[in-house]
Amino acid sequence: MIGFVMLCHTELGRAAQVARYWAESGSPVVIHVDRRVVKKTYRRFVKSLADLDNVRFSRRQRCEWGTFSITAATQFASELMLRAFPDVGHVFLVSGSCLPLRPVSDLEAYLKRYPQTDFIESVTIDEVAWTVGGLDHERFTLRFPFSWQTQRWLFDKYVSLQRLLRLRRKIPVGLVPHLGSQWWCLTRQTLSAILEDPDRAVYDRYFERVWIPDESYFQTLVRLYSRQIESRSLTLAKFDFQGKPHVFYDDHLQLLRRSDCFVARKIWPRADVLYETFLSRRLPSDPEAEPKPAKIDRLFSKAVERRKRGRAGLYMQSRFPREHFENGKTCATYSVFEGFSDLFEDFDGWLAKFIGNRVHGHIYGPKRAEFAGGEVVFNGALPDSAALRDYNPRAFLTNLIWSTRGEHQCFQFGPRDNQAMSWFMATDPNAQISVVTGAWAVPLFRANRNFSDIRKEAARLQRIEMAHLDILRSVWTKARVRIWSLSDFVDAPMEPLQTIVDEIRPQSLRRLTEAPRMVDLTGFGKFLQNLKNQGMQPVLMGNFPVEDLPKPANPPHGRPYVVK
Amino acid sequence: MRLARKRWLIRAIRKRRELTPVVKRTQMARRGEVLLFCTLRNERIRLPYFLRYYRDLGIGHFFFVDNGSDDGSREYLAEQPDVSLWSADASYKRSRFGMDWINWLLRRYGTGHWTLVVDVDEFFVFPFGDTRPIRALTDWLDAYSVRSFGAMLVDMYPKGPIDAVPYREGQNPMEIACWFDSGNYMISKNPVYGNLWIQGGPRARVFFPTQPAAAPSLNKIPLVRWERGYVYAASTHMLLPRGLNLVYDEVGGEKTSGCLLHAKFLNTFPHKVEEEVKRREHFAASREYLAYHETFKDNADLWCKWSEKYINWRQLEILGLMSKGNWA
Repeated sequence: MIGFVMLCHTELGRAAQVARYWAESGSPVVIHVDRRVVKKTYRRFVKSLADLDNVRFSRRQRCEWGTFSITAATQFASELMLRAFPDVGHVFLVSGSCLPLRPVSDLEAYLKRYPQTDFIESVTIDEVAWTVGGLDHERFTLRFPFSWQTQRWLFDKYVSLQRLLRLRRKIPVGLVPHLGSQWWCLTRQTLSAILEDPDRAVYDRYFERVWIPDESYFQTLVRLYSRQIESRSLTLAKFDFQGKPHVFYDDHLQLLRRSDCFVARKIWPRADVLYETFLSRRLPSDPEAEPKPAKIDRLFSKAVERRKRGRAGLYMQSRFPREHFENGKTCATYSVFEGFSDLFEDFDGWLAKFIGNRVHGHIYGPKRAEFAGGEVVFNGALPDSAALRDYNPRAFLTNLIWSTRGEHQCFQFGPRDNQAMSWFMATDPNAQISVVTGAWAVPLFRANRNFSDIRKEAARLQRIEMAHLDILRSVWTKARVRIWSLSDFVDAPMEPLQTIVDEIRPQSLRRLTEAPRMVDLTGFGKFLQNLKNQGMQPVLMGNFPVEDLPKPANPPHGRPYVVK
Repeated sequence: MRLARKRWLIRAIRKRRELTPVVKRTQMARRGEVLLFCTLRNERIRLPYFLRYYRDLGIGHFFFVDNGSDDGSREYLAEQPDVSLWSADASYKRSRFGMDWINWLLRRYGTGHWTLVVDVDEFFVFPFGDTRPIRALTDWLDAYSVRSFGAMLVDMYPKGPIDAVPYREGQNPMEIACWFDSGNYMISKNPVYGNLWIQGGPRARVFFPTQPAAAPSLNKIPLVRWERGYVYAASTHMLLPRGLNLVYDEVGGEKTSGCLLHAKFLNTFPHKVEEEVKRREHFAASREYLAYHETFKDNADLWCKWSEKYINWRQLEILGLMSKGNWA
C-alpha cells in the first residue's frame, strides 16, 4: 500500500480535493499544514476531510522556504504515517499543489515491479547543474541562520563574511552531500531507517544550518540505507532557471495525459479542467505505461531557452539587447555588394537569375530604399521612405532580414548611400560583404557633367569609401569580407563572381554560364589620368593604363563572357 | 526623477476634484481581482464589445472616467453591474489626456491590485490568452515578483477605404480591421526613463513617411501591479519609478510580453477626426489628428500587399511582436 504525505500551505481547497481522491482510492494520507495558515481556515480544512478515516493531520510546524522547517514537517508527517498505517509499504511525498495524473492502482502496479527501490533524485553536488545563485557546495559548508526571504541583506552579508573568513563547517562523518528534487517515494524500510537512525540528532543539527535542506536531507541520508536507488522523481516537477516551478494550466491537459507520469506539480489552483479531469476516475489508463516526461521537459526547456537567449536577430518590445549582447545581430546571412552595380549593367537582374532570389538595389540609397522589383513596400510592410529608414537605419536592416527569414537577402551598397550601418554590418557575422573598390568612379566617368563637379564628387566618394574600407579591414570585423580593386576585378571577374554565388547558394554548385554585362570602360584610364591632372589622387581603382589596351573583340551585344 | 514623480502625483491628487462620481460600485473590486481603468468620450457604439471582451478575459471590475460624452455612453456604463463611473467635464488636454484622473483612481482603488489601463479601442492580447484567463498571467508574474507587463500597440486597419464597412454595435472590430503591419517597427531606448520608444506601423508608414520623429509612440505598459506612489508619466507609455519601465531584456533574452490590438481605424474614425481637429484636445496640438485629416480626405487605404491578417496571439509571437518568454 502507498501512503501519501502531503505538505500544504495555501489553496487548501485544492489540497482537500486531492487528499480525498487518494483516501477514497484506499491510500492513507497524512497532511501537514503550515502553522502560518490561520486557525479558522485550518479547522475548516480538517472538517472538510473529517469523514475519511484514513486521513490524518500531523503536528504543525511553521514552514519557511529554504530552512529546515520543511524537512522537520516532512519528518513529523512521515513518522505519523509509519506509525498509524502499518500496512504502508511506500511513502510518497507530495505537496498541496500536486495532482495525480494516473489512478493509484497504476502506481501500485508500478511499484510492485520495483519492490525494493527508492525513487528519489539524488545527485552528488559536483554534478548538479540546476542549483541557482552559485550556492551548491557551499550549501553544505556554510551556515545559514538568516532568512533568505525576509532578511536577504543579512543572508547575503553573512555568506560573504564566511567566505571572507574562510569559515567552513564540517560535514558529519559518513555523509556525502547529495541534492535532488524535494519530491520522493521511499520504501518503509529506507524511510524508517532514516527516521530511526541513532545518529539522527547529529544529522538534524547539521542540516538545520544547511541551505534548502528539503532538497538535500533525504537525498543525502538515503545513500546510507537504501538497497537500490532509482535517482529520479516520480513527481513531474520542472524548475526554471530562476528556481521557480513551472506551472500547469488547463491547456496542458493533453500533454499531461500523454506523459503517463503519476503525479504532476505544480498545478495552477484555478485550472478547473485539470482538476476535474484527473480526479474524475473516468480516465482510461494503461497500468503498464512508463512515465515519459520528455515532451514536457522539452516544452519547458524551450521556454527557458527563449527567456535566456531569445530569438537571434529579433529586436522587439521585450527583447532589446545592448550592443554586443545580441546573440546574433541579425537573424540570417545576407550579402552586400559594393561596386558591382556600377560596373555591370543590370547586375541585380543577373544575380537574381542565378541565385533564384530577389535582389535589391541600393536599399540605403539617398532617395529611397530601392527594393527588388521597384517595390514601394516590402515584406513586413517595410516602406521605402528614406526618411523613415534613416531615422533608425539599424531597425530598417534588422527588420528586413527578420521579415524575409528563409530568403537570402542581397543588396547593393556604396559610398553614395547612407553609411550609418558600416560598423553594424562589418561586425555582423551574418554579413557577406564583397567590394570592388573604386567602382563608384565608373558612373562618374560615364556621366556627362562638368569636370570640376566630377572631380569634387570623386574626391568625396573616395573619402567615404576609404573610411568604409578602414572599418571593413579593422580587427573587429566579423563579417565575411572580400575586397578587390577595380582593375584586378575587371581583369578576371568570373572567378570572384562564382565564389560569391556559391557562398549564397552552397547547395547548388552550379557553374555560372553567363557573365553579367560589363559597361564599356574604353577611355577609363584616360579619365583617371584627367582626375590626377586636376589634382585629385584616385587610389582605389588599382592600375589602369592610360591608353586602352587593344581588347579581345568584345561585342557590344549578346553574351560577352561564357565559361564552361 | 523623484521630483517628477511627486509632481505627477500631486497633479493627480489635485485633479481628483474634477471627478464627479456617477456610480460607485468599488466595493466589488475584491482582493486579487484584476481591475481595468479607462477614460473615454463618446464611444457608445464600441462599449458593448469592449466590456464583453474584457469580462471574458477575467477583469474583476471596471473603472471609467467619462469626459463629457453626449451619446449615451455615460448612461450605458452606469447600468453595468461591474462598472464604477466618474464624470469629468474639465479639459482632457489639461488633465494630461486623462492621465491625471486615471493616476488618481489607480492610487485610490488600484493599490495592491493588478491594474490594466486601456482605451476603448485597445484590446489586450497576451500569451495563452485564448486558453488562460488574465489571472493566470498575473499569478505567474507575481510568482516572479514582476511588477509591470509590456504590451505594444499594434494598429489594426481594414482593407480598402476606412469607411467601407460600417461597424455594428457589439461586433468584434477585428472582423473589419483585421490587418496589421508585422515588421516595420523602430525601437530606441529612452535614456531618461529607461523605457523603449517604439514607432512604426501603418501610422508611420502612411501618415508620417517624411517626418518620422512625429510618428506616434507604440510602446505601452498597460498592466501593472499597482502600489501607492506609482504614477504614469505619459499616457501608458512610461511609468515612474523607472524600474517599472524595464519590461524588456537587454542581454539577449526575451521577457514575456503582450500586444494591444488598436482598433482605431473603423468607419467611426473620420467622424472622430473631424471632431478632434475642431476640439484640439489631443497630444502635440493634435498634429496626429491633423495628419489623419489630411490623408483621409482623399480616401487613403492603409492596407498594402505585405499587410498581415490577424489570426491569434501565436501569430503575433511567431512574427516577433510579442513573446511567451519563459511562460509555457
